[in-house]
Amino acid sequence: MMASLRTPILVSIVAALFILEGSTTILFFSGSWNSSLGILNMALISAIMALGVNLQWGFAGLFNIGIMGFVALGGLAAVLISMPPTEGAWAAGGWNIMIGLAMGAATIIAAVMAQRHLPKGRLRVLVTLALLIGGFFLYRAVLDPGVDAVEAINPASTGNLGGLGLPVLLAWPVGGIFAAGAAWVIGKTALGLRSDYLAIATLGIAEIIIAVLKNEDWLARGVKNVIGIPRPAPVVPYEVDLQADPEFVASAAGYGLDPVLASTLYVKLAYGLLFTAVLLILLWLAQKALQSPWGRMMRAIRDNEVSAEAMGKDVKGRHLQIFILGSAICGIAGAMMTTLDGQLTPGSYQPLRFTFLIWVMVIVGGSGNNFGAVLGAFLIYFLWVMVEPIGFWLMSIITAGMADGSGIKTHLLDSVAHMRLLTMGLVLLLVLRFSPRGLIPER
Amino acid sequence: MDFLNGIVVFANFVFVPGLAYGAQLALGALGVTLIYGILRFSNFAHGDTMAFGTTITILVTWGLQSAGISFGVLPTALLALPVGIAVTGLLVLGTDRAVYRFYRKKKAAPVILVIVSMGVMFITNGIVRFIIGVEDIVFADGERFVITAARFKELTGLDEGLAIRTTQALTLMTAAIAVALLFWFLNKTRTGKSMRAFSDNEDLALLSGINPERVVAVTWLIVAALAATAGVLYGLDKSFKAFTYFQLLLPIFAAAIVGGLGNPLGAIAGGFVIALSEVTVTYAWKRVLGYWLPDNLAPDSLVQLLSTDYKFAVSFSILIIVLLFKPTGLFKGQSV
Repeated sequence: MMASLRTPILVSIVAALFILEGSTTILFFSGSWNSSLGILNMALISAIMALGVNLQWGFAGLFNIGIMGFVALGGLAAVLISMPPTEGAWAAGGWNIMIGLAMGAATIIAAVMAQRHLPKGRLRVLVTLALLIGGFFLYRAVLDPGVDAVEAINPASTGNLGGLGLPVLLAWPVGGIFAAGAAWVIGKTALGLRSDYLAIATLGIAEIIIAVLKNEDWLARGVKNVIGIPRPAPVVPYEVDLQADPEFVASAAGYGLDPVLASTLYVKLAYGLLFTAVLLILLWLAQKALQSPWGRMMRAIRDNEVSAEAMGKDVKGRHLQIFILGSAICGIAGAMMTTLDGQLTPGSYQPLRFTFLIWVMVIVGGSGNNFGAVLGAFLIYFLWVMVEPIGFWLMSIITAGMADGSGIKTHLLDSVAHMRLLTMGLVLLLVLRFSPRGLIPER
Repeated sequence: MDFLNGIVVFANFVFVPGLAYGAQLALGALGVTLIYGILRFSNFAHGDTMAFGTTITILVTWGLQSAGISFGVLPTALLALPVGIAVTGLLVLGTDRAVYRFYRKKKAAPVILVIVSMGVMFITNGIVRFIIGVEDIVFADGERFVITAARFKELTGLDEGLAIRTTQALTLMTAAIAVALLFWFLNKTRTGKSMRAFSDNEDLALLSGINPERVVAVTWLIVAALAATAGVLYGLDKSFKAFTYFQLLLPIFAAAIVGGLGNPLGAIAGGFVIALSEVTVTYAWKRVLGYWLPDNLAPDSLVQLLSTDYKFAVSFSILIIVLLFKPTGLFKGQSV
């Protein structure tokens, strides 16, 4: 009885939090539907990321802490698909860059082939080294002029190759494909190794992906950021267009809303519906996968690799498969997030926010249970945003008796901003200790 | 003469900074490797433990400075370091008691301990930010240089100068002392020997009457000392910023794994391998090659293999290469 009531009760508590944030100003709530819907939209995206991580950790026991990298790759896809191409960039150096990159890839493939096919010995080492070093300089010789030419084109506003000018919705699956590609490379190299080596490898690759995004200006303008990524028109209109539309203004007035507020709410709702649709599709797929023979096999491998292998299961192959799938989901979420923001800012990707926070969501929600991961994402993201107002509210009660302008009071009020990490760590440790299976445990 | 000038430029911009950075990484990697050897998990909170030790040291340094106490030509932070180590020791013993011990008693899987250490990482990071904020803090004082570039030129009559900063010399000396002490402890003392026995074979060590809780506590104290020292040296050499210390985790892990996790000697070697290759690959070789190559071959470009922002990529690539070809690291480490 209790177990069957647990999920609906938890869901209604989380829903109540969002409703309170939108409707009242008591305690620490802001009473703004804009804020509530804003948190909800990011929570939907986080829930998708949590689904991806749950696939890897909950189903297969793979410890991936490079989520940030896959999310950023999805963001890159949004830029490359939806931004208009930069005029003259392809003619100036785009092809040079493409040929250079192809040569770089060919170098690595040739080195791998040499490793595989030459007999072990000094010759193999020499050939591999010669291929790598020669290939590297050749690659730089072709790539660099192209990069310089592209980055010289109007660097203040473009200076990159630009995108394909296609609808941004197309970028969502493409973001998944980008992340899947990266996951394939990492999985091929690191999945055979021990579990904490996979952790270090994914942590490293995520940092490298961010470094590439920050430095390769020809790709997505680096730290100069790409702004003005188009919205998924007709589904999500622009606020100014809505405010200029007399029909919309009239219907807003019908609800007693002023047109500016109504237009922002409308846009957020439209995004929210889109994201909910994606989340529901992915959740449905993940549930189907979990209950299929494939899902049972994955859990069997997770629980006992040795016996699963003895039963003839291809452990390494299955691990690679689920690692790619989970990463692809994170890539989709990344593309959605960049679409929502309308900009790609490589400087804003922080591992604490995009990797470790997602882990907290999955573990708090209940690893191995898709609904748990989604619920955890809503709850933890709400907490992540609200820790600051809650902390401020608490601190102002604590410091109420102190004199204004006293050193301790100022320091306490200033340090509220740092309470997020503390709270998240505490929540993670408490859940791991007292309820290690999470809010909605795996069945 | 040109050749000598080239060597001086190389030493000034690659070798000396690389050595200092390598010593800092080695101290950090020693901490990671000891935890791995004794407690058998990868401690993700290590970077933030370093940051915590440095934070306390900075606070004490400020206190000493405002009291008018200084350490002559040496940085005041060295006087404050023992306090930093002591407080960090209390912190790690406290976390062990409150957090890790529960999972040790339960014999939880290593990966659970890694996740737990992620939680500790969040909290330690939060505490550091709470105490000292997120700003960049420079806390080095005292004499800046052991030898300045101008003085070196005057002494040797070369065109190029070699400047050695106090912090660089200090880093190497402190690291050498710390490592010597550690190895003396591990090899000569009874407690050290029991630690090594525990690391080699836990069951056998327990059978021969070694108290595991004591071994674990001693390990945490040593790790706290190493972490605080590494953090303070890094902060003196560069500057202190909470987020940078978190990012140091990657090269530190790379160093520990490249050397062979659980092997202290390997951690030191790994630290230098990672640091020197990071500096070498991201340095613009134009000036050195200008001296070493004949005039008609002198390069026009910067001859920088990778931009400095890719230094993570360097430590990471070395890590992957070593793992693919020698999964237990350069020196034989443990594998679980």
